[in-house]
Amino acid sequence: MTSTPTIPPLTGTITVDAPVEQVFRSFTDGFGSWWPAEYHIGQAEMATAILEPHQGGRWYEQGTDGSECDWGRVLAWDPPHRLVVTWQINGQWQYDPDPAHASEIEIRFSADGPNQTTVSLEHRHLERLVDGQTLRDGITGGGGWTSLLELLAKAATDQT
Amino acid sequence: MDTNGADGLGLLGDPTRRAIFELLARRPSTVGELARQLPITRSAVSQHLRVLKDGGLVVSRAEGTRRIYRLNPDGVTALRAYLDRVWAEALTAFGKTAQAAPTDPEQEDP
Repeated sequence: MTSTPTIPPLTGTITVDAPVEQVFRSFTDGFGSWWPAEYHIGQAEMATAILEPHQGGRWYEQGTDGSECDWGRVLAWDPPHRLVVTWQINGQWQYDPDPAHASEIEIRFSADGPNQTTVSLEHRHLERLVDGQTLRDGITGGGGWTSLLELLAKAATDQT
Repeated sequence: MDTNGADGLGLLGDPTRRAIFELLARRPSTVGELARQLPITRSAVSQHLRVLKDGGLVVSRAEGTRRIYRLNPDGVTALRAYLDRVWAEALTAFGKTAQAAPTDPEQEDP
């Protein structure tokens, strides 16, 4: 009855008081040190997340038990100004290896001055993630969406 | 409030609204059921639900004398709003970490 509509991209910006090269490095090399650990998809609690520093590189989380879960791939690696990665976590909160179902995140780093950088992020093609019926089932039938939230709740509880 | 419903940014920024959203993701519920699980009044729950409904994240239907709330089964708006929240938190976290990282050696004590 309903078709999957196009979902407007998400955007966000943040300004950091640091040189552009350093901000790019913090974002990429240091990915696991700043990504909020509650946002992860693996069964195990997240130990760290890794963004491999080259085109075609993997973007994945490592669990405390050593397990790994892919999130996406590096599509463009243009330090220190631009990074494009795919986000392939679908409506069931699982990695979907099919590139046709990959949403994209483009991050741009622009130097406002020698010691100030603006980071702009766009998460686009969100509709590719929505295998309409799957997402509906996930939300209403206690599937993936609920599972992720339960993982989040569990992780939060375990931390206290 | 005449904001565009497509702009989910901020809707889940309120911790209580996020808690309601997450409770509804687990199970469709009435206002009373939600209020029992949260440290706020029924009328406060109703106000948050109205905001979530206006934003397209939540729908409701009458069942006898009860009104049951659940996440919008279309899911698209909910997914987008949730990811919006993820990025808002992630970028804030990044800003703090990047700011705290050591800057130029000449500006720092060794």
